[in-house]
Amino acid sequence: MTTMVKEGTSKARLLIVLASMLVAVSAVQNFARFPTEDLTSSGTWSIAVAWSVPILMAALGGMFAERAGIVNIGLEGMMIIGTWVGAFYTLLAGPWVGIIAGGLAGVVAGAVMALATVTFKVDQIIAGVAINLMAPGLTRFLSDVHFSDRGGSITQSPTIVGVSRFSVPFLSGGNLFGWKSPDLLGAVERAHIIVLSDLAGVVRGLFWNMSWWTLALLLIVPFSVWLLWRTSFGLRLRSCGEHPDAADSLGVNVYLYKFYGVMISGLLAGLGGAFLAVELSGLYKEGQTQGKGFIGLATLIFGNWRPILTFFGALLFGFTETLRLRDPDAPHALLLLVVIALIYLAVRGAQKRNWVSLGVSALAAVVIGFAYFTSEGVPDQLPKITPHLTVLAVLMFGTRKLRPPAAEGIPWSKGEH
Amino acid sequence: MIKRIGYALAAPTIAAVVAILLSAVVLLINGSDPVVALQAVIEHGTQLETNIEALNRASALYLSAIAVAIGFRMSLFNIGVEGQYVLGAFMAAAVGAQISLPPVLHVLVIILTAMAVGAVWSGIAGVMKVTRNIHEVISTIMLNVIGVAGIVSYLLSRWKVEDANLDTKLADIPASGWMPSLNTWVELFTRDIKRVQLHGFVLVAVAVGIGYHLLINKTRLGFDLRATGANPLAAEASGVPPKRTIIVAMLLSGAVAGLVGLGQLLGVDHNYNLRFAQMLGFAGIAVALLGRNNAWGIAFAAYLFGWLERASGVLAIKGDAPREIVTIMIGVIILSAVIAFAVVERRRLADMVRQAAAATQEAPS
Repeated sequence: MTTMVKEGTSKARLLIVLASMLVAVSAVQNFARFPTEDLTSSGTWSIAVAWSVPILMAALGGMFAERAGIVNIGLEGMMIIGTWVGAFYTLLAGPWVGIIAGGLAGVVAGAVMALATVTFKVDQIIAGVAINLMAPGLTRFLSDVHFSDRGGSITQSPTIVGVSRFSVPFLSGGNLFGWKSPDLLGAVERAHIIVLSDLAGVVRGLFWNMSWWTLALLLIVPFSVWLLWRTSFGLRLRSCGEHPDAADSLGVNVYLYKFYGVMISGLLAGLGGAFLAVELSGLYKEGQTQGKGFIGLATLIFGNWRPILTFFGALLFGFTETLRLRDPDAPHALLLLVVIALIYLAVRGAQKRNWVSLGVSALAAVVIGFAYFTSEGVPDQLPKITPHLTVLAVLMFGTRKLRPPAAEGIPWSKGEH
Repeated sequence: MIKRIGYALAAPTIAAVVAILLSAVVLLINGSDPVVALQAVIEHGTQLETNIEALNRASALYLSAIAVAIGFRMSLFNIGVEGQYVLGAFMAAAVGAQISLPPVLHVLVIILTAMAVGAVWSGIAGVMKVTRNIHEVISTIMLNVIGVAGIVSYLLSRWKVEDANLDTKLADIPASGWMPSLNTWVELFTRDIKRVQLHGFVLVAVAVGIGYHLLINKTRLGFDLRATGANPLAAEASGVPPKRTIIVAMLLSGAVAGLVGLGQLLGVDHNYNLRFAQMLGFAGIAVALLGRNNAWGIAFAAYLFGWLERASGVLAIKGDAPREIVTIMIGVIILSAVIAFAVVERRRLADMVRQAAAATQEAPS
């Protein structure tokens, strides 16, 4: 019962946080020195949703492994394998088969990881690093063999075409049996009413010009909530990450469930990598994952090892990634938002008499505020490292109590206790 | 005694055999003859020039692996060597180009700058670990990107000088800040060396190796590090301050990491440019693992990796097989090595338990 109450309040808190963020963003972009509309335009958010999918897949992949007690640093390598296999089978058999093949390749990589960590009890970090080291060599080798004579090269595949896109009828003007439905959210967005139009823009972004694969992969979020918290499979999997001895004593095959966890982890990372290559980039290219596997791991911490919060974290990172592709004034306006957030942190620090927090936040607010009022734009590099700075800041100054699975990272052997 | 040696040799042997077999399989799938490829690699790899290049590469890998190993010794996983050495070398190149000092002093200032920058960057992760218990794997991965894709990339775009070739690079370090090559010394014992230069910085790598060995095995601090790594609670109970040890280990690790890129900087390029070798930090993790955090073992592993990389170049030139086979082989060596180590270690422990049990039963109660 108490947990129910807690979950209720945490959902209410999440809503309040999201609402206040929306108001702050809306205010910032309208009253910035160089006003912009790109922070909440449906164009930005439609791309942001798509770019958040690979990060989300990596993060959910990390979640399944860690819920079973295995820390999967090898997500990055599994994604790289997914990008190559996804692109290769898309060339051979089209994007639907291609991305599924990418996921299956991830399952194989996950099985190797599970064999090393669960069966042979190799240190999990080391096994993951070994996979990360091997994956780029493997894909480079395979590209040389298979792409060089197909119009690609040793570092990239020929271009490929993803699946078709759709817009939801009525909400964002999609087609319904060949009839073009009205674009209700688009009308609100174009009306330029402060806050309301911004909300419409963000929501329309979620329903407009979306790839069918984006939809399919986003559905994994509710599916994993159901699988992990509503089925006996999920209960058993989680018990292996919390207290494997207790699970073992109740007859759960701990080794098997750890294998399941890491293989699902590989599946999701592979799907995310294949999606990145096929749907977002239109080709396989060496180094195109750009550390998304690691960002996924950080997103997972951000999301406190829970699917829904992890989704919002991934969306945030996808958003920062999108901004550098769009209006150059948008990241500059975001600086103002950061200043507001820092002032809020400083006030909270003063309330709690945490003078270090107050000092650091106030100093950072002054420095960034100064930068905002004296500069015309931000360096190209800033949007690129924003997710990483955010992760460090959240871990450093976040007040939320994080609760990772209790037994994660510890090699477990049957019958040792 | 024989058993001990057997256990020590078993794991590397298993790893090597598995790696060679798997590579042969990959070559066969690719349609090339493994024996021909192997002969070509060995012929190219026994030339003096190849080995000098391998030694240059190995010294960088060695420093990187020592930096990782300092952390490993106390169960800290400094995956941030990558960011620490790129940032360190970049800052050292920037400082070195701006100052003019007498020859030896100039080099010393560059080296100390690189070490200090590396130590600051790893120290941030250390402070995060002791104040907020943030796992160093996460913080150093983030710091890698912030350092390389953020700070280095931004400052390079601000401070770059463009030469006739439109090469993006920092200004040159004056000749007083260069390190001479060791070719003349090597030539005393061998023949004339063509094309390649043996970096003077190899000597620094040797000195760091000796320093690491003494620090870990002969000093109080080294004992504290190993004790904390083996059992943090017991170490703390016997008076080792855990937080201070973490900070010191991270600072040392970062300082050594700062040295990784300097062989190339001081010996060959004399400026920071876009050709500056990256990914040495991640390779160092593999080298430290294969060398089992031991100064001699790491030296062996570093040379093996450096030699494999250089000697395999011939494969691509002759068209026998793509040289990426080596990247795969290195990955396979690591994975089979860690699995072999884990399996052999479990056997050894089981053996010890059995012997101890037998000894207790025999002893009169």
